[in-house]
Amino acid sequence: MKIIVCIKQVPDTTEVKLDPVKGTLIRDGVPSIINPDDKAGLEAALRIKDQNGAHVTVVSMGPPQAEIALREALAMGADEAVLVTDRAFGGADTWATSYTIASAIRTMDYDLIIAGRQAIDGDTAQVGPQIAQHLDLPQVSYVEGIESVSDDKLVLRRQFEDRQHIVEVDLPCLITVLSELNAPRYMSVAGVFDAYREKTVKVLTFADIESVIDKSNIGLAGSPTRVKQSFTKQPKAKGEKYEVDADEAVRIIVEKLAEKHII
Amino acid sequence: MDFELSKEHQLLRELYRSFAQNEVKPHAEETDEQERFPVETVKLLGRYGFMGIPYPKEYGGAGGDTLAYVMAIEELSKVCGTTGVVVSAHTSLCCGPIYEFGTEEQKRKYLPDLLSGRHIGAFGLTEPGAGTDAAGQQTKAVLEGDHWVLNGTKIFITNAGHADIFIIFAMTDKSLGTKGISAFIVERDFEGFRVGKEEKKMGIRGSSTCELIMENCIVPKENLLGSLNKGFKIAMKTLDGGRIGIAAQALGLGEGAVDEAIKYVKERKQFGRRISQFQNTQFKLADMVTRMSAAQLLVYRAAMKKDSGEVYSKEAAMAKLFASEAASEVTRQAVQLFGGYGYTREYPVERMMRDAKITEIYEGTSEVMRMVISSAVGVN
Repeated sequence: MKIIVCIKQVPDTTEVKLDPVKGTLIRDGVPSIINPDDKAGLEAALRIKDQNGAHVTVVSMGPPQAEIALREALAMGADEAVLVTDRAFGGADTWATSYTIASAIRTMDYDLIIAGRQAIDGDTAQVGPQIAQHLDLPQVSYVEGIESVSDDKLVLRRQFEDRQHIVEVDLPCLITVLSELNAPRYMSVAGVFDAYREKTVKVLTFADIESVIDKSNIGLAGSPTRVKQSFTKQPKAKGEKYEVDADEAVRIIVEKLAEKHII
Repeated sequence: MDFELSKEHQLLRELYRSFAQNEVKPHAEETDEQERFPVETVKLLGRYGFMGIPYPKEYGGAGGDTLAYVMAIEELSKVCGTTGVVVSAHTSLCCGPIYEFGTEEQKRKYLPDLLSGRHIGAFGLTEPGAGTDAAGQQTKAVLEGDHWVLNGTKIFITNAGHADIFIIFAMTDKSLGTKGISAFIVERDFEGFRVGKEEKKMGIRGSSTCELIMENCIVPKENLLGSLNKGFKIAMKTLDGGRIGIAAQALGLGEGAVDEAIKYVKERKQFGRRISQFQNTQFKLADMVTRMSAAQLLVYRAAMKKDSGEVYSKEAAMAKLFASEAASEVTRQAVQLFGGYGYTREYPVERMMRDAKITEIYEGTSEVMRMVISSAVGVN
């Protein structure tokens, strides 16, 4: 089985700064990690590899420094890594991103594509489903359990707010997974050496996939989303502090809520 | 001169850090308190390749280098000195001599299980009457037909309680003094071999430090390690390598105490201010960080010198001398910054201070390190 795992390198902090002009994230100087949902996707692929045998390729679109996330994936046990990177792809929204990644995937063989549900820096949960749409693949989102794997189908457990679905899906397909799916393994020491000495990160630029990509759909220009304004949320007020006993605390809270017409 | 780590070493650091924080740190207090050998952690360490970092893949190692190995000991020891020494004694003192002096057959037989962590290794040189004066070995080995018969007692053997494979030194020709010592690979279940009482220690309390008793212990002839009567040289060369591991353990302990102290002084308030705002705290921490940074450079230099294939005894001795004394002083200062809380077991710095002391003693005391260094510069 050939599995492609889409991963994104994200800043490892909730204190992300925004470029006030472009409305995009400033990534410099913030430690980066593999997005947690995506890492669970990689672990799922590696478990299928361990149990059934599979060839796992990780794909990431991002700036050149996203290479480190791909090396980490290789050190965890992925067989191949592809970095989709070009200035022409920069400033992409979810539409242009999913279109670009889907175009890169068109140049590869696969039976299954796994993506994380959503990235902790954007929280859109759009890119995975959109890739499936671009590639005209069946998709199962919000996967929190892989019940069984065979050569031509998967049985998956899908999380809903108030229930779970058990879904059977034919391959090839795309699934998006939750970080609750598993506890990802660490890189191994030998894996890190392999990631640099035995394996390579293949770079795909615009020129490499030009034949399968429409320039009007990529980068900032190809992104229909316009960010109107972005800002770091400020705390509303300083708050008031009372050091009182429980009865007095209840009295104050009720009084304040009534004052603001909440109750 | 390049002070930047390679990209692969940087990624290794990330692996070591996350493993140490998530898998080792949560058990460090219990490991010390209950004097419990971290069996489960060692299994996990084996699974991720920590038990054979600087050895080739063909024998089951991770295919790394000494720098990668010492960085692992450093990161593990930052959160747990016990785990650091378990890996160090296993890697440097047992796997090391088998890899360097073993026959191809011995390497194929013993290394795969050791380097994968399925087996744990130990090193038996010290005896009740032969500590720093290692030449005073009383353990004897006599060849009888197709096997050696060993008789004697070893003490303070790290990992002994849980080790499967031991490198044992014994006199094969007493008349030749140090030139009459040989090394043997001894399996735990060899007839006549027994692990004796476990020591109660000040620090690294989760590590297993025991006595070994050999009473007519039968060791197959082919388990002689290296040439006959060349054991002392094997021991000294092995300890040169081991010293870099212990230096890295000391380095990690000191750095771990610095990490804890920095966190604490930013939180602790006295006289209406965070204690980090007092110049005494700032200067103290500046000295602590600088000392550990200097120790790190010495440790990494010794590791890189070993990897280059050059003679590294002096560098290893300097790294161990400086890092262990720095660790003792820095952990002591960390306790001071914590005040009364630092003296309690509620915070890890008292454990780090107790753990650090041994690094000035085992695998060559600071006094021996000074002898090695002064002799290397021709002052003797």
